[in-house]
Amino acid sequence: MVLTDEEVKFIKKELGREPNPLEYGMLDVMFSEHCSYKSSRPILQLFPTEGEKVIIGPGDDAGVVEVTPELALAVGIESHNHPSAIEPYGGAGTGIGGILRDILSMGAMPIALLDSLHFGYLEDQKSRYLFENVVKGISDYGNRVGVPTVAGEVEFDQNFKFNPLVNVMCVGLVKRNKIKRATAPNPGEVFLLMGGRTSRDGIHGVTFASEELTSSSEIEDRPAVQIGDPFTKKMVLEASLEIMDKVEVSGAKDLGGGGLTCCISEIVAKCDNGAIVELEKIPLREEGMTPYEIMLSESQERMLFVIKPENIEKAMRICEKYELPAAIIGKVTDDKRMKVIKNGEVIADLPAKLLADPPVIIREAKRPTYPQKSIKVEHPPLKEALLKVLSSPNIVTKEWVYRQYDHEVQIRTVVKPGDDAAVLRIDEENGIALTVDSNSIHTKLNPYHGGAGSVAEAIRNVVSMGAWPLCIVDCLNFGNPEKPTVFWEFKECVKGMAEAARTFKTPVISGNVSFYNETEGVTVNPSPVVGVVGSLKLDNIKTMDFKEENDKIIIVGSTLGELGGSEYYKWVHGLLTGDPPLVRFKDELKAAKSIHNIIDKFGDGITAIHDCSTGGLGVALAEMSIKSGLGAKISTAKIPNNCKNEHQLLFSESHGRYIITVKEEIADNIIADIKVPSSVIGSVGGDSFQIDDLKVPVKKLQETYHGVIEKYM
Amino acid sequence: MRVGVIRFPGSNCDRDVYHALKLVGAEPEYIWWDLEDLSYLDAVIIPGGFSYGDYLRAGAIAAITPVMDGVRELVKEEKPVLGICNGAQILAEVGLVPGVFTVNQYPKFNCKWTKLKVKTTRTPFTSLYKRDEIIKMPIAHAEGRYYTNNIQELWDNDQVVLQFYSENPNGSIDGITGVCDKSGLVCAVMPHPERASEAILGSDDGIKFFKGIIEYINRG
Repeated sequence: MVLTDEEVKFIKKELGREPNPLEYGMLDVMFSEHCSYKSSRPILQLFPTEGEKVIIGPGDDAGVVEVTPELALAVGIESHNHPSAIEPYGGAGTGIGGILRDILSMGAMPIALLDSLHFGYLEDQKSRYLFENVVKGISDYGNRVGVPTVAGEVEFDQNFKFNPLVNVMCVGLVKRNKIKRATAPNPGEVFLLMGGRTSRDGIHGVTFASEELTSSSEIEDRPAVQIGDPFTKKMVLEASLEIMDKVEVSGAKDLGGGGLTCCISEIVAKCDNGAIVELEKIPLREEGMTPYEIMLSESQERMLFVIKPENIEKAMRICEKYELPAAIIGKVTDDKRMKVIKNGEVIADLPAKLLADPPVIIREAKRPTYPQKSIKVEHPPLKEALLKVLSSPNIVTKEWVYRQYDHEVQIRTVVKPGDDAAVLRIDEENGIALTVDSNSIHTKLNPYHGGAGSVAEAIRNVVSMGAWPLCIVDCLNFGNPEKPTVFWEFKECVKGMAEAARTFKTPVISGNVSFYNETEGVTVNPSPVVGVVGSLKLDNIKTMDFKEENDKIIIVGSTLGELGGSEYYKWVHGLLTGDPPLVRFKDELKAAKSIHNIIDKFGDGITAIHDCSTGGLGVALAEMSIKSGLGAKISTAKIPNNCKNEHQLLFSESHGRYIITVKEEIADNIIADIKVPSSVIGSVGGDSFQIDDLKVPVKKLQETYHGVIEKYM
Repeated sequence: MRVGVIRFPGSNCDRDVYHALKLVGAEPEYIWWDLEDLSYLDAVIIPGGFSYGDYLRAGAIAAITPVMDGVRELVKEEKPVLGICNGAQILAEVGLVPGVFTVNQYPKFNCKWTKLKVKTTRTPFTSLYKRDEIIKMPIAHAEGRYYTNNIQELWDNDQVVLQFYSENPNGSIDGITGVCDKSGLVCAVMPHPERASEAILGSDDGIKFFKGIIEYINRG
């Protein structure tokens, strides 16, 4: 049990009695960090959540934004870190299952998956095992349900060795008049539970996710990991969409963490109603399950719909068509209590609100001490440094990963994985750009600017495709919030993210917090994973690869001597210290707006755009060359900067920068329209990549960039 | 012109094929796996996906459904049948095309755009291409490595429909990734023509597969 003494005292006072064992179990899961957000809620209020396009903000299964007058997007993100550390294949798969159900609960058809994965280095056998099986879990699950995995990120670092991070984002498409919510507004209506049968898997999954892991977790906590079944999920998806299309549904909600207890208490508490659940009506996978097990089971592939009694038959017929178990398991009441009944006898009776809204905990926050030491490094020759950074597993192509994902199904994917963001079409004219991004090293060194930078970088990703950000979702992966220094990092990070979101007037519409990412005393680097959805006209799509000889290369934004936390320091010098780049909010916005405006004004005159981030300018330019096979000739003399040497110039990860290529004749006009420092730094052409005296054949760059991950797998 | 798109539990390219058929002006309709009488249809497509979750073996369970009896009857009536990806695996499983599609040489799912050579134009689906024309379509499968004991016979009978060009991503024998029966009316291809049916998706090379069906039916 994870209930604290104070919480037990509070519960007894509210109830006026001691809860029985079943009630204790139900309260225990609902008071867990995972279900209640009791530590994070006060801090998350810092996020801007409103905007004219927001239809449903945080608090539901997923956020919903308007994308065209007819269409809306449901967007959500979820972590499955703990289960993936214990059982990578099943853990990653059910992570996808969970977020798909969240999107489905809004009435939306899931159209895209993205994932942010963080592991230890591949030299380590255990890390290889986790990496291979998490990717396989995503591949087998996502591919089978027919939802394309279109983008993502993979980070390798020592601190994720025992505690990998697996975050999955999903985007769904729904007609505006078909949006559903997790509500049960009308007493007398009934609960239809359909999909997978309830079983003994995943019991206490949320409480186990709300504690630190230990070396024995792999054995002891395995029963807390849910078992996924993508084939059933595909049927649940089809049947749910058909039910919501053909039957009047007043509420829809998936069963995830906390099982039936969480699902039903939350759906009724939201409308100030109560519920009766009849235990013997619930379709079970095995005999002899206790009420405790049934109410806490996190068995997968289950959905709950609130419908009128007269529509039961119609809904059941749809479930039969897809051969899915389904049953009416109870009804909405007006007494605000959640009652569990077995053979006519009430065996649990709790206020629904007590379950759904546990009191928050104000945690102590204390700034950790950051070692202040001056950094002195011996810079290797520039060419050697560039090739080394380019071969870092954090920079190289992630083809080995995304080839295993079906990124084409549903025929929407216009820009495929491997660019700054994926672009999907949503109708004949309009598209969306999708990305998920984070920077755990920057955040470790400076949570405020690391958090802000993660948002800024994700926004740059979609701006680079020709889109403008529509909404943000976030998955915040941190250590144990009961430790004041961890909580301080969390708080600072959210502040920084919120400031970046406010700067762009882009609302945060949904999110997830994953605390307790600690194993064997190793706390993961604070990792704010940021998903951004941007909208664009399909005619305006830009990609990163060089297009034509003689196109002029322009750098947008200033390069500052900010090597702290860079991939160069980490991969070439093994350094994880220093001050990371600061986010200059106004310049960040100006740069993005300039890009957006010149696309509008010059259209096809802009031939390529790439955002400049991890690895710095050198890597960004090389990537444009690698992807196209075209060389370039670049002079650093005109780069707006305050750097002390060429290494700072090429590897600093200063924010607010883009690289674009444009048709030769309009280069000067374009520069005049960019509202931050910018300049022409070279032109596309030839078969070698040249920066001042540094000269590398493009083929050599390509060889360096490819086959690195494959070597280990 | 009624073209059936068969749906098994787990099919997931059904909507995409339906969309491509609409683009060429056909009247597609979804056919649920329990329907046996398909005689009213002019042609049938078995789309990709993971019928029955690929449990047991890709296509193994779909092969014993009533709708496949209907497909066999359709073949006897000399109507065109196209299986794409999982649909191709099912056609091989029931023996309507020769050979098997088995686990890729590098045994992982592989989603990738590929260059292909059209090796025969005698099937309705490839009638609008030129022989040896190079086209671009994506693959997406874990069990797509084609194998047959009678490879020479396949070539001799002009039963090779598509061949990988420049790279063989799954280890198929002779790079073969599309075959047909002796009549040429039953065709099984691993690459996805419906995913290459509009330029915005990366190529519209695949649309002729669907146009070809219309042509064939119109010719009577």
